[in-house]
Amino acid sequence: MKGWRDGVMGRVLVFAYPLRWRFVGAGLLAAGTEAAGLGLMAAATWLLATAAGQPPLIALSVAIVLVRALAIGRGVLRYVERLASHDAVLRMVTEVRARIFAALVDRPPARRADALSRMVSDVDAVQDLVIRVLLPMAAAGLVAVAAVGTALFADPAVAGVLLAGLLITGVALPLLAARLARHGSARLAPLRAAYAVDTVDLVHGAADLAAFGARPAYEARGRAHADELARVERALARRSFAVDAAATALGGVTAMAVLATALSRGLPGVWLAVLAVATIAAGELALSLLAAARKGAEIQGSLHRVAELLDVPETAVADGLPVPDGSVHLRLRGAGVRYRTDAAPALHDVDLDLPPGRRIAVVGPSGAGKSTLLALLTGAISPDSGSATSLPVATAPSRVGVTAPPGAGTPITAFDRERWPAAVTGLLADAHLFHASVRDNLLLARPGATDEDLLAACRTAGLGDWVDAHGLDVRVGEDGAELSGGQRQRLALARAVLADPQVLLLDEPTEGLDPAQADAVLADVLAHRAGRSVVLVTHRLTGLDAFDEVVVLDGGRVKERGTQGWVRAHGG
Amino acid sequence: MDSVARPFDPRLLRQVPSTRRDVVLLGVLGSAVAIAVVTAASALARALAAAVELRLDPPAITVFLLALTARAALTSGLGVVAARMAATVKASLRADLLGAVGRRGPGWLAGQRAGELATLTGRGLDALDGYFTGYLPQLVLGVTVPVGVLATLIFADLASAVIVLVTLPLIPIFGILVGWQTRVATERQWRRLRLLGGHFLDMLSGLPTLKAFGRARAQVAAVREMADRHREATMRTLRIAFLSALVLELVGTISVALVAVPVGLRLLGGGMTLAAAFTVLLLTPEAYAPLRAAGTKFHASMEGLTALDQAFTLLAAADGTISGGTRTAPRGGGVIELRGVTVAYERTTALHGVDLTVRPGDRIALVGPSGGGKSTLLNLLLGFTAPTAGRVLVDGADLAELDLDDWRRQLGWVPQRAHLFADTLAANIALGTPDASRERITQAARAAALGPVVDALPQGLDTVLGERGHGLSSGERQRLALARAFLRDAPLLLLDEPTARLDAASEQAVVSSTLSLVEGRTALLVAHRPALLTAATRTVRVDHGTLHELVTA
Repeated sequence: MKGWRDGVMGRVLVFAYPLRWRFVGAGLLAAGTEAAGLGLMAAATWLLATAAGQPPLIALSVAIVLVRALAIGRGVLRYVERLASHDAVLRMVTEVRARIFAALVDRPPARRADALSRMVSDVDAVQDLVIRVLLPMAAAGLVAVAAVGTALFADPAVAGVLLAGLLITGVALPLLAARLARHGSARLAPLRAAYAVDTVDLVHGAADLAAFGARPAYEARGRAHADELARVERALARRSFAVDAAATALGGVTAMAVLATALSRGLPGVWLAVLAVATIAAGELALSLLAAARKGAEIQGSLHRVAELLDVPETAVADGLPVPDGSVHLRLRGAGVRYRTDAAPALHDVDLDLPPGRRIAVVGPSGAGKSTLLALLTGAISPDSGSATSLPVATAPSRVGVTAPPGAGTPITAFDRERWPAAVTGLLADAHLFHASVRDNLLLARPGATDEDLLAACRTAGLGDWVDAHGLDVRVGEDGAELSGGQRQRLALARAVLADPQVLLLDEPTEGLDPAQADAVLADVLAHRAGRSVVLVTHRLTGLDAFDEVVVLDGGRVKERGTQGWVRAHGG
Repeated sequence: MDSVARPFDPRLLRQVPSTRRDVVLLGVLGSAVAIAVVTAASALARALAAAVELRLDPPAITVFLLALTARAALTSGLGVVAARMAATVKASLRADLLGAVGRRGPGWLAGQRAGELATLTGRGLDALDGYFTGYLPQLVLGVTVPVGVLATLIFADLASAVIVLVTLPLIPIFGILVGWQTRVATERQWRRLRLLGGHFLDMLSGLPTLKAFGRARAQVAAVREMADRHREATMRTLRIAFLSALVLELVGTISVALVAVPVGLRLLGGGMTLAAAFTVLLLTPEAYAPLRAAGTKFHASMEGLTALDQAFTLLAAADGTISGGTRTAPRGGGVIELRGVTVAYERTTALHGVDLTVRPGDRIALVGPSGGGKSTLLNLLLGFTAPTAGRVLVDGADLAELDLDDWRRQLGWVPQRAHLFADTLAANIALGTPDASRERITQAARAAALGPVVDALPQGLDTVLGERGHGLSSGERQRLALARAFLRDAPLLLLDEPTARLDAASEQAVVSSTLSLVEGRTALLVAHRPALLTAATRTVRVDHGTLHELVTA
């Protein structure tokens, strides 16, 4: 079944359906505004043409009232219409935002910051679609139908001429304008992208270019792209303004054709003038459709992306298995993860055994697969080969090195996604601080925690003095921008400590702290975790004495592993 | 912020001289449009008056259509000139901004300025399109068309001309008054609006964290609630903001009523011809239209004006050059002397009157805490930073008087984090030596222990790196920087912590190729690792902006 809901616009506009009466109202108000403008000119023309025949004043009184009423009415209608349409569309955007957020909850993470802000502006395109594309089209369409209908009463031939003129200026030319706009952005987009790359190279690579005397070559490349961009922009502007000019001229031609036809059909003189002026006013309305058509073409890309995001069935994940209350025993067996088929695997044939209470440090260069390994343990991703399971603790051997029979565990991803973090969570690679108070940021990890709990967690993470001085209600800014790098990191760490899961994951927890502080903070956190499991990911080799096992990852493979003392033996 | 709210920035004419011609052209075209508007309206009025008497007036119709076509063509011409202006201004400002980077050197680009500049030069300046093609032509027409209309009305009907003359200024006056009122109200709401509007982005950015704590689903309701509060706050602001549009609209339409009704009554008394009456009716709205259009587009063009202001401010800050003199640098790396060199930044002083002599063949390890002044020392020699006091001498010649490009040809620089250019790996290695042969590039790559990296890349040396291309790990970047230095084959080497942030395996590879690179050359080497210190003939401790030579045992 393929209906309007399957198209890009349909998939976005389903969100308008519950608000349909608001949108119908806004559309009628918009049409009323345009009709009032057209009516004002028509009534004024009627007034003048009739007055020239010098009838008694009473014959003009209705027209005089009408002209004044329409003059005020148009402005007032416009005001009310804009409020109504904005309110309706903002309600719709509210729903779209909530749905996109819900859809993303069920998707794998890993998104870059610029992709996120693009997503936000894409959602704003929904607003443009309604306010600047669909409503003007609906208003112009309704007024055109009314105008042609009115002309039909006067004379069918006149109505035919008017219809033909409006079809050219109001349908054909906007379609052409949209085509040109699409074609234009298709030509501009790669040029803009190329220029953006030049800019990044020239600005962020300024030192390298200067030191190696390579600046002139790169500057020339940038200039060539900027000039090409300017050339294409000029050419596109010429074409698009030519369409505008054609629309204006055709509006005049239509008006004169209407006038001549009406005259030949023997309509009364007063109505000839009214019809001609009304046709010109309708033609001007068609000009606004050009802008709407261009805007529509411009936001196509954004709408496509929004529709794609919304393309997730509402309840994609069934509720998972209940998460065990007590200790958990995690195990990776031959686990492999491959993000892209054309690239090397991010993780290959990795074994890891994590019975309750065990502490493992994972070291290796960036890109070695450390964070991917943690993602397997949180259940954010499932392995493409091998397994990532949780073993029943009662049957799991407590001694290190003895393995339970394969297949005895439950895949981590089978557990209830919202509750699994109670068992396994921590400070992960992309820890975000919300633009809210310190308290709200902490409470995220344990909603019921008391202020005492929060302060204790802060002290463990080395943030005690700062919190004592500033309190829990101070706001941290956008992604912690009001904090120093070290405070930011400690707050994120305090949150992980507060969560107090069975297995605590720490991804570079002391990044941004100077080495002495880093060791002290790590030692405090480990002391706090006495007897419970910790998985630490780090590129520093100090402070690892307290770990039962050190796993060295490189290129997604376990390169080396050793027990306590390994680091000392390897002269860290 | 207030300086931005002007309709035209005169600095534009100074910064981009070619716009002067375009501004004149806009004025000429704008005047021509005014003439066409008046001609078309008068001709149409005559044609309509004839039609009311059931006559067809072909000359009037012809003149109307010709004048209308001319008006359309001229208005388009106005738009084309404005668009050309936009394209030229953007290209010229882009060249100026990026040129400023070249003139002022990388030292000028510290921190935030780099990001700001990259954004402004790219997307930021594209916002000028809205200003130039949307607002500026309407501003020109807002001057020329009312003048033409008023001049015609004075002859057609003085009373109507007076009404238009009195009401016309109401548009800018009300526009400004309401704009003020709106601004006061909006600013009160602004902080709150931005907080609510940013909430969605904040939630999206924090989604992985929410998931990590099992709070993501619970937040869907919060997202909806915040978006709804954002709507309510926005609507409160819009109720006031749209008032300005309402006033502009009302001034235009009510004056049509104000003009049409008395004109009708005068027609009734026989004191006026119908053609004159139609002329008044058709021209009155034309007088208000451009100003109204400019008013509605002003808001949208603010972004462009802000970008323009930012560009001028940056360019003003970039005034002047530091890129040295014109003397040719001594060949073969002579004796380098720092004499009483002080480098002061806005808040801190990085070096306090330091002295240092580097003789050919010296390999000096610079050690000390971060922030002690080691990088500043290298930046001085690179010519990125100029001494605030004291002199840097190369074979007795002041570095400030040397042609910096020529001087830098003697330097091989290995930065902490080399930039990856959007080009092939080979081109990235051959950054300073674009005509190096393929063989030499391959040799340099091998010497820098980059061989295995090259082999692992999909297209080897021809793999495209940088933005949209392949990324390299820190260790691989460091090796790329070393390969550049190998290929450069310069007598003086400046190495800034070549092994910082590397894991054990990469460090091993980088250390050994660094050792072979510095062999037989003069080098300044910022180092922490003992392995690298073995390569040094002297060790200098840089701490709190002072230098202490350590006597090696």
